[in-house]
Amino acid sequence: MNGERQSARDAPVHVARLVTIGIIASALGIVLALLINWFPVSAAKQAKPIDTLWDVLLIVSVPVFVLVTTVVLYSVYRWRMRPGEELLDGPPIHGNTRLEIVWTALPAILLVALCSYAYAVLHDIEEAKADTMEVRVVGEQFAWTFFYRDGGKELASHDLYLPLNRPVHFTIQSKDVLHDFWVPAFRVKKDAVRGIDTDVRATPNRIGTYPVVCAELCGLGHAAMRSDVHVVQPQQFTAWLGKLRSGAQAAAPTGGGGGGGAKASVDAKTLFTTSAQPVACGSCHTLADAGTNGTTGPDLDQVLKGKSAAFIKQSIEQPNAVIAKGYTPGIMPQNYAQSLSPAQLSALVKYLQEVTK
Amino acid sequence: MTATAQHSPASSHRSPSPTGGSRSRFRSPGHVRALLFLVLGVLFAAALVIAVRALYGFPIAADGKVTTATQDGILLVSLIAAPLFWLVGLGAFDYWFYWAAGRKTRPEDHSSHGAHSWRDYLRVNTDHKVIGIQYVCTSFIFMLIGGMLAMVIRAELAAPGRQFVDASAYNGLFSVHASLMIFLFIIPIFAGLANYVLPLMIGAPDMAFPRLNALSFWMLPIAGTMMVASFLAPGGSFATGWTAYAPLSTDAPIGQMFFTIGVQFAGASSIATALNFLVTIITMRAPGMSFWRMPLLVWANFSTSLLVVIATPFIAASQFLVLLDYALGFNFFVPEKGGDILMYQHVFWFYSHPAVYIMMLPGFGIVSEVLSVKSRKPIFGYRMMAFSLLAIVLLGFTVWAHHMFVSGMQGWIRVPMMITTAIIAVPTGIKIFSWLATLWRGVIHLDTPMLFALGFLCMFSLGGISGVMLAMVPVDIHVSDTYFIVAHIHYVLFGGSLFTIFAGVYYWFPKMTGRMFDDRLGKLHFWLTFVAFNATFAPMHLIGVEGMPRRVSDYPEQFAGWNLFISLASFVLGLSTLVFLYNMITSWRGGPRAPANPWRSLTMEWQVSSPPPIFNFDKVPTVVGGPYEYGVPDAQHGIFTAPASEESKSSHPSREARA
Repeated sequence: MNGERQSARDAPVHVARLVTIGIIASALGIVLALLINWFPVSAAKQAKPIDTLWDVLLIVSVPVFVLVTTVVLYSVYRWRMRPGEELLDGPPIHGNTRLEIVWTALPAILLVALCSYAYAVLHDIEEAKADTMEVRVVGEQFAWTFFYRDGGKELASHDLYLPLNRPVHFTIQSKDVLHDFWVPAFRVKKDAVRGIDTDVRATPNRIGTYPVVCAELCGLGHAAMRSDVHVVQPQQFTAWLGKLRSGAQAAAPTGGGGGGGAKASVDAKTLFTTSAQPVACGSCHTLADAGTNGTTGPDLDQVLKGKSAAFIKQSIEQPNAVIAKGYTPGIMPQNYAQSLSPAQLSALVKYLQEVTK
Repeated sequence: MTATAQHSPASSHRSPSPTGGSRSRFRSPGHVRALLFLVLGVLFAAALVIAVRALYGFPIAADGKVTTATQDGILLVSLIAAPLFWLVGLGAFDYWFYWAAGRKTRPEDHSSHGAHSWRDYLRVNTDHKVIGIQYVCTSFIFMLIGGMLAMVIRAELAAPGRQFVDASAYNGLFSVHASLMIFLFIIPIFAGLANYVLPLMIGAPDMAFPRLNALSFWMLPIAGTMMVASFLAPGGSFATGWTAYAPLSTDAPIGQMFFTIGVQFAGASSIATALNFLVTIITMRAPGMSFWRMPLLVWANFSTSLLVVIATPFIAASQFLVLLDYALGFNFFVPEKGGDILMYQHVFWFYSHPAVYIMMLPGFGIVSEVLSVKSRKPIFGYRMMAFSLLAIVLLGFTVWAHHMFVSGMQGWIRVPMMITTAIIAVPTGIKIFSWLATLWRGVIHLDTPMLFALGFLCMFSLGGISGVMLAMVPVDIHVSDTYFIVAHIHYVLFGGSLFTIFAGVYYWFPKMTGRMFDDRLGKLHFWLTFVAFNATFAPMHLIGVEGMPRRVSDYPEQFAGWNLFISLASFVLGLSTLVFLYNMITSWRGGPRAPANPWRSLTMEWQVSSPPPIFNFDKVPTVVGGPYEYGVPDAQHGIFTAPASEESKSSHPSREARA
């Protein structure tokens, strides 16, 4: 061992061994890394180039990590201090200019190459396409609302419906704090910032229902600020939009009877539980009758027990008027007086009063 | 606990109270007077707020009760005023006040130098060795608190739905956890280790400004106490993450201000220490200690201090903007009134990205020391190691907006920021490769400090690699604000910074305490930490890419399996800290006596006794060679020839540097 330690001529042998170990370990590592199913299901055209970029990054990264660990482990294995070497010093190697130039230049070239590739991908996924549909996304504590253009008006929905293979341009806005519109299946994400419009593009290419997630901490209900995106056939989308249009007319206070009659009577329980409605009470509140168990807001079975209709109405319209013990003002959205129709509001109040008696 | 006792001069140096008698306890500096002043500070705040409110005609009391606005106002002003009063009471400003008032300053008897019993560590002390130990111990206390918060976080996340805490408390937990770990642990503990070691390494008797050094330290417990105490605030602790993004932070309950103001104290402490290091390094090097003979730890702290001095004022600014918006309605972040929400993020990250290097460069320095000594070889490419530190300082200021790729800022900024972010991996790569080459054909002593240094090399590389992946804008768009980020930051700050901290604490433990630690327990600590660390944080990469956002108290069922695994691993990680604590405490109390230079190191802190004499060097050292000349026959770094004269010993420490 000591003899080997003294000899500098063994360097090529060590390097050859290391290279062999490194290549085998890298190959194994790359195979393993590529076998992992990293991403959620891909449902937009933007996903493929990003996933490919990811795979390329993995293929480049694994050998770098293998290089570091292999040299560390090999050195420890080979040159660990043995008994009797307590006072021995290593060879006084101070550096090697050629080696240092190589390990400065090579990573630099590699990184610039990766950046160029990433730039190309970025350009690709953000390119404006013909026949793009516009959707306005509005975030507020703690719900998403999606607005579709319909003639001169806008139709609002709490669920996002998109037609298959049609490019979509989302304009993202916020009513209060920062939110972040993220559809993991599309690989797109952008903050919603009050005061400015941000935007993002996606072209859905797979039928199905996928989560819409708020990715920017926005307060107490942040974890519950989720919605769904439904990618459907174009004709289904048109039908849905038609239903939304008639629903909006039915719900409109001065709608004058409405046309389709899709929502002739208001089902307050559905209103309470379903996030597709203007409210999503159940995502924050617990209510035994509706079977919800949200913890962001107070337990309605307790705080509304025996309360008057007027009190319940006030609590919906002006949530900050009375704050339950242990909760903070300003968490519950303060716009339900506007977003709920009078019929919906009174149905909700009646329902809540009944089930919390 | 009797660290420097055997080297202390006669006990007549113990601080005598100027007037004597118990009556003066309220007048002489110390904790009694500090407490008195603390109360005065709160009263001052109350008087100020009530006076101003009365002046403006705002209600002070209603229904026989003080209004909430008045209470919050008093609390807020107290947060600013009471700590300053407390510092005055403690005596941190006494000398300067005497001097400024033209009164007779106390003769320089060095009574506040050195520690003679454990009590001296609880007093204002100007000895850099005492301050170093104060820093290290205080930081570890806050690390334990922060770690326990992490345990609660993982307990809550062990299963979907609500386990132990509600959403409000949960948001507070991760916010306080991150703030403590960053501002009260990693940043100050590096300052503490350097405080102890750096003057010794460059052959100086102390830091350039010992009183400023003491003041820097005493601002830390203020910041930490404030952040921990925020849990008691009405409305709960600050719950907007350590990033405190506006407008969530400007609209939050009063607990937010405990962060906003706490950070000011931590930042001021940081800036003062950095100035101290810069002046010490530039002006107080021993004869012959040219810049190119400085150990890399000194280089690392030189670079870090540059970063701190330039960058830290920016986080101070960002928090002042939040404070003014919150308390006085300045509308910096109210777009309807001409405010700009994105501006907060730019100002914040202009500090907080360099802060990542503030939390890493000193660790690079520690690893350079440990690897060279424990491989018995010179550092490979010493000058490139120093230059790469400076390159990181420079590039560190050009990458901040990579935290904002999805923030909605102008799209074009993303591309230059992507390139600079990728390029900063080049100097970092130079360091990694140079360390590997240092190992090559060395005589590797695989003890605890070395294990942590090698663990750092592997884990930090992984963190660096995920960093390069994050630099790539399209990938970053998908994984921003997910658990992938949580994994990355912990590989960099735990696998990176914390591993170097452990390496450094073990490495200098004999010097700081005069005792040897138990190497077998140290190795057990390393392996427990290493395995549990990877089991905890590696799976976070997976669930992040799969779609789990960070900062959520609840998550969909699909992530339940990994989260349970992560939580269990994190509890083992928490327990591994107990091994470390046990080792440190028992070794300090009763470990075998440490020789002056147990590692056969060349750098100068090891050429004096363990622990060092009260003024570090009884003989003035002269530096005649590089610090890492292992394997070079008869190589010397510092030589001690001329005995220091009595005169220079009693002169002011900061003046005798060039003596």
